[in-house]
Amino acid sequence: MQLYLPIAEVSVNAFLILGLGGIVGFLSGMFGVGGGFLITPLLFFIGVPPAVAVATGANQVVASSVSGVLAQMRRKGVDFTMGWVLLAGGLAGSAIGVWVFRLMTKAGQVDLFVQLSYVIFLGLIGAMMFQESLRSLLRARKTGVQVRRAHVHSWVHGLPLKMKFRASGLYISVIPPLLIGAAVGFLAAIMGVGGGFIMVPAMIYLLGMPTKVVIGTSLFQIIFVTAFTTVMHAVTSQTVDMMLALVLILGGVVGAQIGSRVGMRLKAEQLRILLSLLVLTVSIRIAVDLLVTPEELYSVAMGALP
Amino acid sequence: MIRALLFLFGLSAPVQAQEQIVAGMSQNRVSITADFDGSEILIYGAVKREAPPPEGQGPLEVIVTVEGPATPVVVRRKDRVAGIWLNNAEVRVSSAPSFYAVATTGPLDHILSDTDNLRHAITIERVIRAVGITSDADKAGEFLLGLLRVRTNEGRYRVLQGKVELTEETLFRTDVVLPANLTEGEYKVRLFLLRDKRVIATQDRVIGVRKEGLERWVFNLAQEQPLLYGLISLVLAALAGWGASAAFRLMRT
Repeated sequence: MQLYLPIAEVSVNAFLILGLGGIVGFLSGMFGVGGGFLITPLLFFIGVPPAVAVATGANQVVASSVSGVLAQMRRKGVDFTMGWVLLAGGLAGSAIGVWVFRLMTKAGQVDLFVQLSYVIFLGLIGAMMFQESLRSLLRARKTGVQVRRAHVHSWVHGLPLKMKFRASGLYISVIPPLLIGAAVGFLAAIMGVGGGFIMVPAMIYLLGMPTKVVIGTSLFQIIFVTAFTTVMHAVTSQTVDMMLALVLILGGVVGAQIGSRVGMRLKAEQLRILLSLLVLTVSIRIAVDLLVTPEELYSVAMGALP
Repeated sequence: MIRALLFLFGLSAPVQAQEQIVAGMSQNRVSITADFDGSEILIYGAVKREAPPPEGQGPLEVIVTVEGPATPVVVRRKDRVAGIWLNNAEVRVSSAPSFYAVATTGPLDHILSDTDNLRHAITIERVIRAVGITSDADKAGEFLLGLLRVRTNEGRYRVLQGKVELTEETLFRTDVVLPANLTEGEYKVRLFLLRDKRVIATQDRVIGVRKEGLERWVFNLAQEQPLLYGLISLVLAALAGWGASAAFRLMRT
């Protein structure tokens, strides 16, 4: 069934979009990532203009994150206190990110900038996470005992402004989560994603949060970051395609529910190893695009109607 | 008065007045609705003559062009810099049609002279060049070829040589397929009659392409009430997320 998208001005197969939304929603519910880093390139691939893909992708992430958070809340997997702190840092970071993004747009190299950040950040995080989770998976298999938590006491715990994060079982300073939130918000604004794939490992490895609250908490703050992005795009460039978003969402929310159920059956290490493989795959895919001689050297970007 | 002048002009150039086009189209408006999947338009016509076809001249040829609304475009070229392919150069074209089809009775270089192509801007290269390229005129040629290649691959630019059927030098018809990724606006249809590579008669028609129904409503809302539109998108997203969550809980219990 073909569907004409009023804002993107292309005709697409509705079932294909439904399927894409479903797959991304599934991964989102399973790993606690918004899926923005997957949905945006996939939409490019089926011919949706980049600006519309970024803005509409953000709108879809709102829906799948709401669905995922509700599923996580029932199993007490959301640390709201931590979520708000991360969000406060995140909004500040994303304001700076939007500003840098505008500078890069003026310089005309925004595509490259975005692609390089994808390769570097996805590659680094993916590799780190893969190595760590593989090691702990092997260790768990060898000894059969519970794995030691990844975080250790360090200078982080000597910082002032300590706060109790009950759901995470942490009593730490608010400065590290604020900084992490800001860093993620900054990257998210530049890369046009919710930032879950950076947030999840940062919460596990830097803050030492238990994996069971990481996914819900990450999704919780992604809702707000992507909601903000959606409205910003709708107001400044009118690039949110409601029709496309609705079909993606329909697939996405169902996928997110199934994904979060599958995720509960897997061990934390298995979950992390799968997420790291996914992140690495996307990173390598983009790196290949940058390195291999493209078939068509020229690209055409349409300006606004006079 | 104007008509009289035109008549006089016509007399002074008898070739122009002898054969004229009477044209029609299967539809002169295209509605883009939610299930829009491209549209085929039949453009047909007849050659009206006051006298028998002129003798000693080449055969009659017909060219039909369909031109979508033009927008400025930026053509970028990737180059390898430090091992990475990146956009390294760009040329701005102030106006390029979003769609262009040219259908003919025969190979373009056999039936159309360069001077008349220049005068009437018939081939796509001429249409774009006619408006001009704003920067880097020396390398603009490559970029123009790049633009043509990209848009031809997208199905936006089409050359349909030999796709106009001409019967007895009088009746002609051609089908032009408008693709599914259509831009809204006025599509200009031009018809040309040619003999000996020269244009002897022309006629213009317009096809209006417009979004209708739900498509129209969504588009207008996005343009006129962007904040409201963004908020509605969010509410729909949140509702859908909550709905799916609730539905799955019901299914499990």
